[in-house]
Amino acid sequence: MSVMFTVSPDFAPDRLSGWYIFNTWLQKQSAEAIHLEMYNHYQDLHQAIAEDKIDLIYANPFDAAMLVREKGFLPLVRAKGESDEAIIAVNADSNINDVADLKPNTRVAFTDDPDVRLMGMIMLEPADLHTGNIVPLLSDNHVLVAKHLLKGEADVGIILAEAYDNLSGMIKKQLRVLVRSQISVIYHSLMIGPRLQNRRDDFQKILVAMDKDEKGNGVLNALGFSAWQKIEDEEMEFMIDLMDTLNT
Amino acid sequence: MIVDMKPEDIVGEYREATLTYYDGKSRKVLYTELETPYPDGKLIVSTTTPDGVISHVNRAFVEMSGYSEAELLGAPHSILRHPDMPAAAFKDLWDTVLRGEKWQGFVKNLRKDGGYYWVKATVIPNVRGGKVVGYTSVRRKPSRSKVDECIALYPTLF
Repeated sequence: MSVMFTVSPDFAPDRLSGWYIFNTWLQKQSAEAIHLEMYNHYQDLHQAIAEDKIDLIYANPFDAAMLVREKGFLPLVRAKGESDEAIIAVNADSNINDVADLKPNTRVAFTDDPDVRLMGMIMLEPADLHTGNIVPLLSDNHVLVAKHLLKGEADVGIILAEAYDNLSGMIKKQLRVLVRSQISVIYHSLMIGPRLQNRRDDFQKILVAMDKDEKGNGVLNALGFSAWQKIEDEEMEFMIDLMDTLNT
Repeated sequence: MIVDMKPEDIVGEYREATLTYYDGKSRKVLYTELETPYPDGKLIVSTTTPDGVISHVNRAFVEMSGYSEAELLGAPHSILRHPDMPAAAFKDLWDTVLRGEKWQGFVKNLRKDGGYYWVKATVIPNVRGGKVVGYTSVRRKPSRSKVDECIALYPTLF
Protein backbone atom coordinates (compact mmCIF):
# COMPACT_ATOMS: atom_id res chain seq x y z
CA MET A 1 0.00 0.00 0.00
CA SER A 2 1.36 3.40 -0.89
CA VAL A 3 1.54 6.27 1.54
CA MET A 4 0.60 9.81 0.65
CA PHE A 5 2.95 12.77 0.88
CA THR A 6 1.92 16.38 0.38
CA VAL A 7 3.41 19.84 0.63
CA SER A 8 1.74 22.89 2.11
CA PRO A 9 0.22 24.87 -0.80
CA ASP A 10 2.46 27.87 -0.03
CA PHE A 11 5.44 26.16 -1.73
CA ALA A 12 7.30 28.40 -4.19
CA PRO A 13 6.00 27.54 -7.71
CA ASP A 14 9.53 27.16 -9.08
CA ARG A 15 10.19 24.43 -6.48
CA LEU A 16 7.37 22.21 -7.71
CA SER A 17 9.69 19.94 -9.72
CA GLY A 18 12.07 19.88 -6.72
CA TRP A 19 9.37 18.31 -4.56
CA TYR A 20 8.74 15.57 -7.16
CA ILE A 21 12.48 14.85 -7.32
CA PHE A 22 12.59 14.76 -3.51
CA ASN A 23 9.69 12.33 -3.44
CA THR A 24 11.47 9.98 -5.84
CA TRP A 25 14.66 10.19 -3.76
CA LEU A 26 12.76 9.52 -0.53
CA GLN A 27 11.00 6.49 -2.02
CA LYS A 28 14.32 4.95 -2.99
CA GLN A 29 15.99 5.66 0.33
CA SER A 30 13.09 4.51 2.51
CA ALA A 31 11.86 1.67 0.26
CA GLU A 32 8.32 2.93 0.81
CA ALA A 33 5.90 3.49 -2.07
CA ILE A 34 5.17 7.20 -1.62
CA HIS A 35 2.69 9.09 -3.74
CA LEU A 36 3.11 12.87 -3.87
CA GLU A 37 -0.12 14.83 -4.11
CA MET A 38 0.16 18.62 -4.43
CA TYR A 39 -2.80 20.78 -3.46
CA ASN A 40 -3.19 24.31 -4.76
CA HIS A 41 -5.45 25.53 -1.99
CA TYR A 42 -5.52 25.12 1.79
CA GLN A 43 -9.17 24.15 1.62
CA ASP A 44 -8.31 21.05 -0.43
CA LEU A 45 -5.36 20.21 1.82
CA HIS A 46 -7.46 20.53 4.98
CA GLN A 47 -10.13 18.29 3.47
CA ALA A 48 -7.50 15.62 2.76
CA ILE A 49 -6.14 15.92 6.32
CA ALA A 50 -9.66 15.66 7.74
CA GLU A 51 -10.19 12.46 5.73
CA ASP A 52 -6.90 11.01 7.11
CA LYS A 53 -5.44 10.65 3.62
CA ILE A 54 -2.03 12.14 4.44
CA ASP A 55 0.94 10.25 5.91
CA LEU A 56 3.78 12.67 5.27
CA ILE A 57 3.54 16.42 4.98
CA TYR A 58 5.79 19.44 4.66
CA ALA A 59 3.51 21.51 6.84
CA ASN A 60 2.88 25.15 7.43
CA PRO A 61 3.36 26.02 11.15
CA PHE A 62 -0.30 26.91 11.41
CA ASP A 63 -1.30 23.41 10.31
CA ALA A 64 1.46 21.77 12.39
CA ALA A 65 -0.42 22.55 15.60
CA MET A 66 -3.57 20.89 14.33
CA LEU A 67 -1.65 17.92 12.90
CA VAL A 68 0.05 17.22 16.23
CA ARG A 69 -2.89 17.85 18.54
CA GLU A 70 -5.77 16.50 16.50
CA LYS A 71 -4.24 14.02 14.07
CA GLY A 72 -1.35 12.46 16.02
CA PHE A 73 1.41 13.63 13.65
CA LEU A 74 5.01 13.87 14.88
CA PRO A 75 7.80 16.12 13.60
CA LEU A 76 10.68 14.76 11.55
CA VAL A 77 12.89 17.57 10.26
CA ARG A 78 12.97 21.22 9.23
CA ALA A 79 15.03 23.01 6.60
CA LYS A 80 18.22 24.19 8.30
CA GLY A 81 18.41 27.94 8.81
CA GLU A 82 15.00 28.61 7.22
CA SER A 83 12.15 30.37 9.02
CA ASP A 84 8.81 31.82 7.93
CA GLU A 85 8.67 35.59 7.80
CA ALA A 86 6.14 38.01 6.34
CA ILE A 87 6.32 41.52 4.99
CA ILE A 88 3.84 44.35 4.77
CA ALA A 89 4.25 46.07 1.40
CA VAL A 90 2.73 49.20 -0.12
CA ASN A 91 2.87 50.78 -3.56
CA ALA A 92 6.16 52.70 -3.86
CA ASP A 93 4.14 55.91 -4.42
CA SER A 94 1.92 55.39 -1.39
CA ASN A 95 1.83 58.16 1.19
CA ILE A 96 1.82 55.53 3.96
CA ASN A 97 5.21 55.55 5.67
CA ASP A 98 4.40 53.80 8.92
CA VAL A 99 1.92 51.10 9.92
CA ALA A 100 0.58 53.55 12.51
CA ASP A 101 -0.63 55.76 9.58
CA LEU A 102 -3.19 53.11 8.58
CA LYS A 103 -6.86 53.64 9.38
CA PRO A 104 -9.90 51.35 9.63
CA ASN A 105 -11.21 50.18 6.24
CA THR A 106 -7.68 49.83 4.91
CA ARG A 107 -7.76 47.51 1.90
CA VAL A 108 -5.47 44.58 2.74
CA ALA A 109 -4.49 42.01 0.10
CA PHE A 110 -3.28 38.56 1.21
CA THR A 111 -3.36 34.91 0.18
CA ASP A 112 -5.01 32.01 2.01
CA ASP A 113 -1.62 31.13 3.59
CA PRO A 114 -2.66 31.07 7.27
CA ASP A 115 0.64 31.73 9.01
CA VAL A 116 1.66 34.56 6.68
CA ARG A 117 -1.73 36.16 7.19
CA LEU A 118 -1.40 35.74 10.97
CA MET A 119 2.08 37.33 11.04
CA GLY A 120 0.88 40.11 8.74
CA MET A 121 -2.18 40.91 10.84
CA ILE A 122 0.04 41.06 13.96
CA MET A 123 2.17 43.65 12.19
CA LEU A 124 -0.98 45.69 11.44
CA GLU A 125 -2.14 45.63 15.09
CA PRO A 126 -0.16 48.76 16.05
CA ALA A 127 -2.65 50.65 13.82
CA ASP A 128 -5.58 49.02 15.68
CA LEU A 129 -6.40 47.02 12.55
CA HIS A 130 -7.93 43.58 12.88
CA THR A 131 -9.97 41.23 10.70
CA GLY A 132 -13.15 43.06 11.71
CA ASN A 133 -12.16 46.51 10.44
CA ILE A 134 -10.14 45.92 7.26
CA VAL A 135 -11.37 45.41 3.71
CA PRO A 136 -9.89 41.99 2.84
CA LEU A 137 -8.74 41.16 -0.69
CA LEU A 138 -8.15 37.43 -0.85
CA SER A 139 -5.71 36.69 -3.66
CA ASP A 140 -4.73 33.41 -5.28
CA ASN A 141 -0.99 33.90 -4.85
CA HIS A 142 1.64 36.37 -3.68
CA VAL A 143 2.21 37.79 -7.18
CA LEU A 144 -1.46 38.74 -7.33
CA VAL A 145 -1.13 40.46 -3.94
CA ALA A 146 1.67 42.55 -5.48
CA LYS A 147 -0.50 43.27 -8.52
CA HIS A 148 -3.33 44.55 -6.31
CA LEU A 149 -0.83 47.02 -4.85
CA LEU A 150 0.51 48.07 -8.26
CA LYS A 151 -3.01 48.71 -9.58
CA GLY A 152 -3.97 50.70 -6.49
CA GLU A 153 -6.68 48.16 -5.60
CA ALA A 154 -5.11 47.47 -2.18
CA ASP A 155 -3.50 49.86 0.31
CA VAL A 156 -1.23 47.23 1.85
CA GLY A 157 -0.31 43.66 1.02
CA ILE A 158 0.79 40.81 3.26
CA ILE A 159 3.38 38.67 1.47
CA LEU A 160 5.58 35.75 2.51
CA ALA A 161 9.04 37.36 2.77
CA GLU A 162 10.65 34.65 0.64
CA ALA A 163 8.01 35.15 -2.08
CA TYR A 164 8.52 38.91 -1.95
CA ASP A 165 12.29 38.50 -2.31
CA ASN A 166 11.68 36.29 -5.36
CA LEU A 167 9.40 38.79 -7.12
CA SER A 168 10.88 40.26 -10.31
CA GLY A 169 13.01 43.37 -9.95
CA MET A 170 10.47 45.23 -12.10
CA ILE A 171 7.63 44.54 -9.62
CA LYS A 172 9.77 45.14 -6.54
CA LYS A 173 10.83 48.54 -7.88
CA GLN A 174 7.22 49.63 -7.77
CA LEU A 175 6.67 48.41 -4.21
CA ARG A 176 7.99 49.46 -0.81
CA VAL A 177 8.40 47.30 2.31
CA LEU A 178 6.73 48.91 5.30
CA VAL A 179 7.62 46.19 7.82
CA ARG A 180 9.49 42.91 7.61
CA SER A 181 8.94 40.43 10.42
CA GLN A 182 11.95 39.13 12.35
CA ILE A 183 10.31 36.30 14.22
CA SER A 184 12.88 33.53 13.48
CA VAL A 185 11.12 30.82 15.51
CA ILE A 186 8.29 29.85 13.15
CA TYR A 187 9.09 27.40 10.38
CA HIS A 188 7.70 24.72 8.09
CA SER A 189 8.30 21.15 9.18
CA LEU A 190 8.26 17.74 7.58
CA MET A 191 5.89 15.63 9.66
CA ILE A 192 4.91 11.98 9.79
CA GLY A 193 1.40 10.63 10.35
CA PRO A 194 0.25 7.79 12.62
CA ARG A 195 0.22 5.05 9.93
CA LEU A 196 3.92 5.55 9.21
CA GLN A 197 5.23 6.32 12.69
CA ASN A 198 6.96 2.96 13.14
CA ARG A 199 9.40 4.27 10.52
CA ARG A 200 9.96 7.68 12.12
CA ASP A 201 13.56 6.97 13.20
CA ASP A 202 14.46 5.61 9.76
CA PHE A 203 13.05 8.65 7.99
CA GLN A 204 14.78 11.02 10.40
CA LYS A 205 18.14 9.32 9.87
CA ILE A 206 17.79 9.31 6.08
CA LEU A 207 16.80 12.97 5.97
CA VAL A 208 19.40 14.29 8.42
CA ALA A 209 22.14 12.55 6.41
CA MET A 210 20.76 13.77 3.07
CA ASP A 211 23.19 16.67 2.57
CA LYS A 212 26.19 14.36 3.01
CA ASP A 213 25.15 12.27 0.04
CA GLU A 214 26.02 13.68 -3.40
CA LYS A 215 22.66 12.89 -4.98
CA GLY A 216 20.80 13.92 -1.85
CA ASN A 217 22.61 17.22 -1.82
CA GLY A 218 21.53 17.90 -5.39
CA VAL A 219 17.91 17.17 -4.46
CA LEU A 220 18.16 19.57 -1.52
CA ASN A 221 19.45 22.24 -3.92
CA ALA A 222 16.37 21.70 -6.07
CA LEU A 223 14.28 22.52 -2.99
CA GLY A 224 16.39 25.57 -2.14
CA PHE A 225 17.56 24.04 1.15
CA SER A 226 21.07 23.37 2.44
CA ALA A 227 20.21 20.49 4.79
CA TRP A 228 17.51 18.97 6.96
CA GLN A 229 17.73 19.35 10.72
CA LYS A 230 16.02 17.06 13.24
CA ILE A 231 13.11 18.56 15.18
CA GLU A 232 12.87 17.43 18.79
CA ASP A 233 9.34 16.89 20.11
CA GLU A 234 9.78 19.73 22.62
CA GLU A 235 10.85 22.13 19.84
CA MET A 236 7.62 21.38 18.03
CA GLU A 237 5.59 21.80 21.22
CA PHE A 238 7.30 25.16 21.77
CA MET A 239 6.37 26.34 18.27
CA ILE A 240 2.79 25.16 18.75
CA ASP A 241 2.59 27.11 22.03
CA LEU A 242 3.98 30.13 20.20
CA MET A 243 1.41 29.86 17.43
CA ASP A 244 -1.21 29.58 20.15
CA THR A 245 -0.11 32.87 21.73
CA LEU A 246 -0.11 34.60 18.35
CA ASN A 247 -3.47 33.28 17.27
CA THR A 248 -5.42 35.70 19.47
CA MET B 1 17.75 35.77 42.48
CA ILE B 2 16.59 39.35 42.11
CA VAL B 3 18.78 42.20 43.28
CA ASP B 4 18.28 45.95 43.71
CA MET B 5 18.90 48.09 40.63
CA LYS B 6 22.20 49.96 40.61
CA PRO B 7 22.57 53.71 39.94
CA GLU B 8 25.56 53.08 37.66
CA ASP B 9 23.32 51.09 35.27
CA ILE B 10 20.80 53.92 34.91
CA VAL B 11 20.75 56.31 31.96
CA GLY B 12 19.35 59.77 32.77
CA GLU B 13 17.63 61.20 35.80
CA TYR B 14 15.82 58.62 37.85
CA ARG B 15 13.39 58.08 40.67
CA GLU B 16 13.36 55.29 43.24
CA ALA B 17 10.63 52.92 44.30
CA THR B 18 10.46 49.71 46.31
CA LEU B 19 8.39 46.92 44.80
CA THR B 20 7.04 44.13 46.95
CA TYR B 21 6.27 40.91 45.10
CA TYR B 22 3.56 38.33 45.80
CA ASP B 23 6.07 36.13 47.67
CA GLY B 24 6.84 38.96 50.10
CA LYS B 25 10.29 39.72 48.67
CA SER B 26 11.04 43.29 47.72
CA ARG B 27 13.36 45.10 45.34
CA LYS B 28 14.54 48.69 45.00
CA VAL B 29 13.99 49.86 41.43
CA LEU B 30 15.31 52.97 39.72
CA TYR B 31 13.29 54.31 36.80
CA THR B 32 13.40 57.11 34.28
CA GLU B 33 10.96 58.66 31.82
CA LEU B 34 12.86 57.38 28.76
CA GLU B 35 10.74 55.18 26.51
CA THR B 36 12.30 52.68 24.08
CA PRO B 37 9.87 52.29 21.16
CA TYR B 38 8.87 48.71 20.39
CA PRO B 39 10.56 47.72 17.09
CA ASP B 40 8.27 46.87 14.15
CA GLY B 41 8.06 43.23 13.12
CA LYS B 42 9.72 41.71 16.19
CA LEU B 43 8.41 39.39 18.87
CA ILE B 44 9.88 39.12 22.34
CA VAL B 45 9.69 35.50 23.46
CA SER B 46 10.50 33.91 26.79
CA THR B 47 9.63 30.84 28.76
CA THR B 48 9.59 30.40 32.51
CA THR B 49 9.40 27.56 34.96
CA PRO B 50 6.04 27.05 36.73
CA ASP B 51 7.38 29.44 39.43
CA GLY B 52 8.01 32.25 36.95
CA VAL B 53 11.79 31.85 36.74
CA ILE B 54 13.10 32.65 33.23
CA SER B 55 14.35 29.55 31.41
CA HIS B 56 14.60 30.80 27.81
CA VAL B 57 14.81 34.21 26.13
CA ASN B 58 15.19 35.23 22.50
CA ARG B 59 17.45 37.94 21.11
CA ALA B 60 14.67 40.55 21.01
CA PHE B 61 14.11 40.04 24.76
CA VAL B 62 17.80 40.70 25.45
CA GLU B 63 17.84 43.78 23.21
CA MET B 64 14.69 45.34 24.64
CA SER B 65 15.29 44.57 28.32
CA GLY B 66 18.91 45.78 28.32
CA TYR B 67 19.98 42.73 30.36
CA SER B 68 22.37 40.08 29.06
CA GLU B 69 21.06 36.58 28.47
CA ALA B 70 23.11 35.34 31.43
CA GLU B 71 21.49 37.93 33.72
CA LEU B 72 18.00 36.96 32.56
CA LEU B 73 18.26 33.16 32.75
CA GLY B 74 17.45 32.05 36.27
CA ALA B 75 15.99 35.44 37.24
CA PRO B 76 12.30 35.80 38.09
CA HIS B 77 10.24 37.31 35.25
CA SER B 78 9.33 40.09 37.67
CA ILE B 79 12.80 41.54 36.99
CA LEU B 80 10.91 43.52 34.31
CA ARG B 81 8.23 44.83 36.64
CA HIS B 82 7.74 48.59 36.42
CA PRO B 83 6.43 50.54 39.44
CA ASP B 84 3.68 52.04 37.24
CA MET B 85 2.17 48.57 36.73
CA PRO B 86 -0.56 47.80 39.25
CA ALA B 87 -0.18 44.53 41.19
CA ALA B 88 -3.78 43.73 40.18
CA ALA B 89 -2.65 43.22 36.56
CA PHE B 90 -0.15 40.52 37.58
CA LYS B 91 -2.62 38.92 39.96
CA ASP B 92 -5.03 38.64 37.05
CA LEU B 93 -2.24 37.15 34.91
CA TRP B 94 -1.40 34.48 37.48
CA ASP B 95 -5.05 33.71 38.31
CA THR B 96 -5.71 33.22 34.58
CA VAL B 97 -2.74 31.02 33.72
CA LEU B 98 -3.16 28.95 36.90
CA ARG B 99 -6.65 28.10 35.60
CA GLY B 100 -4.87 26.80 32.49
CA GLU B 101 -6.07 29.69 30.32
CA LYS B 102 -4.36 32.19 28.07
CA TRP B 103 -3.77 35.73 29.42
CA GLN B 104 -3.43 38.82 27.33
CA GLY B 105 -2.76 42.38 28.41
CA PHE B 106 -0.76 45.53 27.90
CA VAL B 107 2.32 45.85 30.08
CA LYS B 108 4.84 48.60 30.80
CA ASN B 109 8.18 46.87 31.30
CA LEU B 110 11.22 48.20 33.14
CA ARG B 111 14.62 48.07 31.43
CA LYS B 112 17.94 47.54 33.14
CA ASP B 113 18.87 51.16 32.32
CA GLY B 114 15.75 52.45 34.11
CA GLY B 115 13.84 53.19 30.89
CA TYR B 116 10.64 51.46 29.85
CA TYR B 117 8.83 49.90 26.89
CA TRP B 118 5.20 48.99 26.35
CA VAL B 119 4.17 45.58 25.01
CA LYS B 120 1.07 43.60 24.19
CA ALA B 121 1.77 40.40 26.10
CA THR B 122 0.25 36.94 25.77
CA VAL B 123 1.06 34.24 28.30
CA ILE B 124 0.07 30.59 27.97
CA PRO B 125 0.72 27.54 30.12
CA ASN B 126 2.96 24.91 28.49
CA VAL B 127 1.06 21.68 29.01
CA ARG B 128 3.04 18.46 28.47
CA GLY B 129 1.43 15.14 29.21
CA GLY B 130 -1.41 16.92 31.01
CA LYS B 131 0.99 18.77 33.34
CA VAL B 132 1.97 22.44 33.32
CA VAL B 133 5.75 22.48 32.89
CA GLY B 134 6.14 26.23 32.46
CA TYR B 135 4.78 29.30 30.72
CA THR B 136 5.52 30.92 27.37
CA SER B 137 5.19 34.65 27.02
CA VAL B 138 5.15 36.41 23.68
CA ARG B 139 5.20 40.19 23.44
CA ARG B 140 4.36 42.18 20.36
CA LYS B 141 4.05 45.83 19.40
CA PRO B 142 0.98 47.44 20.98
CA SER B 143 -1.10 50.17 19.36
CA ARG B 144 -0.59 53.66 20.75
CA SER B 145 -4.30 54.04 21.45
CA LYS B 146 -4.30 50.94 23.69
CA VAL B 147 -1.18 52.18 25.50
CA ASP B 148 -2.85 55.55 26.07
CA GLU B 149 -5.90 53.78 27.54
CA CYS B 150 -3.60 51.89 29.94
CA ILE B 151 -1.73 55.06 30.92
CA ALA B 152 -5.10 56.48 31.98
CA LEU B 153 -6.40 53.28 33.60
CA TYR B 154 -3.47 51.78 35.51
CA PRO B 155 -2.99 54.60 38.07
CA THR B 156 -6.61 54.04 39.17
CA LEU B 157 -5.89 50.40 40.04
CA PHE B 158 -3.44 51.08 42.92
